[in-house]
Amino acid sequence: METALYPVGDCGLLAVCGSEIDEGVGDKVTALDAAVRAARLPGVVETVPAFASLLVRYDPLHTDYDTLAAAVQPLAARTRARRHHGGRTVTIPVCYGGDYGPDLAFVAQHAGLTEGEVIRRHTAPKYRIYMLGFLPGFPYLGGLDPALFTPRLQNPRTAIPAGSVGIGGQQTGVYPVASPGGWQLLGRTPLQLFAPDRPLPYAAGDRIKFTPITPAQFEALARKEGTV
Amino acid sequence: MSLCVLNPGPLTTVQDLGREGCAAEGFRRCGAADNYAARLANLLIGNNPGDAVLETTLRGPEIQFVTAAVFALTGAEADATLDGKPVPFFAPLFAPAGSRLTVGTASNGLRSYLAVWGGIAVAPLRGSRSTDLACHLGGFQGRALQPGDVLPLARTGQEAAAHWQELCRRHLDHPLGDETVRRGGSPWRQMGGTRLPLLRAVAGPQAEAFTPLAREIFTHGVYRLTPDCNRMACKLQGPVLETVAGSDILSDGIVEGSVQVSGNGQPIVMLADHQTTGGYAKIATVISADLPALAQLRPGQAVAFDWVDPARAVAAARRQAALLQQIKERLP
Repeated sequence: METALYPVGDCGLLAVCGSEIDEGVGDKVTALDAAVRAARLPGVVETVPAFASLLVRYDPLHTDYDTLAAAVQPLAARTRARRHHGGRTVTIPVCYGGDYGPDLAFVAQHAGLTEGEVIRRHTAPKYRIYMLGFLPGFPYLGGLDPALFTPRLQNPRTAIPAGSVGIGGQQTGVYPVASPGGWQLLGRTPLQLFAPDRPLPYAAGDRIKFTPITPAQFEALARKEGTV
Repeated sequence: MSLCVLNPGPLTTVQDLGREGCAAEGFRRCGAADNYAARLANLLIGNNPGDAVLETTLRGPEIQFVTAAVFALTGAEADATLDGKPVPFFAPLFAPAGSRLTVGTASNGLRSYLAVWGGIAVAPLRGSRSTDLACHLGGFQGRALQPGDVLPLARTGQEAAAHWQELCRRHLDHPLGDETVRRGGSPWRQMGGTRLPLLRAVAGPQAEAFTPLAREIFTHGVYRLTPDCNRMACKLQGPVLETVAGSDILSDGIVEGSVQVSGNGQPIVMLADHQTTGGYAKIATVISADLPALAQLRPGQAVAFDWVDPARAVAAARRQAALLQQIKERLP
């Protein structure tokens, strides 16, 4: 699909690279994002990548839609064929089950699998980060094993601890900060993913790999991270 | 160098012009809902446009200046007193150490702004002092102000007194163009205040997801603000906007002013605290020059929409910036 450009009021341009959640479309978005950032176009304030689109926010005092569209169109045409190799793979240690993941048993039962098999299947993929949103650092990940698809909780929790790893429908992810939420919680990472004074350890286009750890390892890492 | 909140009113937060450059990480922009009023308040006392101010809602605040300060009030006008004596909106004012400022209920409009010379000196997060109420980040302890909160100021009482002397000296030579400043093009007043404000909008990125009739209806119908309006969004109620094939889309980036339409066909206009992405089709985007007016409307009030193209929307934003610049140049 050709990348299509749309105005977003007087301060945004939306470049739509596809219509589905797909690695190839994600690659186009990531590549276009990199190209737009590298081009340092006058008046561009920031970019927001999503599943299949890139929002380019601009300052209307310094540029306008037509000028920006004329600059973004050739970038989009050039990035069309380019494969996105790489991005970082960030490993996130997770203590599964127990108080760390109160819904592991439910997810296992729903999938007709043992808890061990759920953990094995959840830690197998390198999940692609399509976008961050909902909360600072909350990654929307692609690549969850369909056997683990689980409906959200009927009654969302009012407080989910920071670091919780869960499944919501066809997606998996990690809560970087404490929040209300309706996802099924499988476990928790002791890593402090969000800290006000340092950048996030990952960005859209990167991959996340979960690895299982024991409660003793969790406590040791949590002490080191200061998240206890 | 501080002020003490005696009574914040229903919802008072520390805001500046918002958190920019980290939406890709999932940070909401936040910032003053009526950013014209916030800029004007800062401009009146010699602040930078992006200095942190207090945004109140409907009523308040009541505060005590622990140290002397130069301040200004803008936005929705209310009766205000300093140690019992009436003080005007839209003018630089001096508060001696220990004095009490009481701002009553807004006669119309919704949000008032209190700027203090040098700005509210809470610690910035990702380059902004704005409060993110939804994520409990930034501003003062990531929350709305409560009675007893003590907010740090950037300037000492001595510095404020000297700044006030300087302002007074300049005013003798060059009196404040009060009327220009007061009525000077506040976007909300220009739209007629409580009469039917006409919000200009650019066709949204998913405008084609709606029926041609829905796009007609959007600019011919009258929509009312429901009670479900806050800093995150204004939920409106009016004629149903039908989509061709449903209102769910793959989530994409949204901006302040994006008009999402959820499954019930009713529009939701996103405000300063909106999430960075959204999964409903967007029929329109309200232009940035008209968002300050929308931020001053109360639940129950009616609005209408009018289509403009992006070029006219950009021109409107530039006219509004030029107006603030003119006001600045006319100040002493």
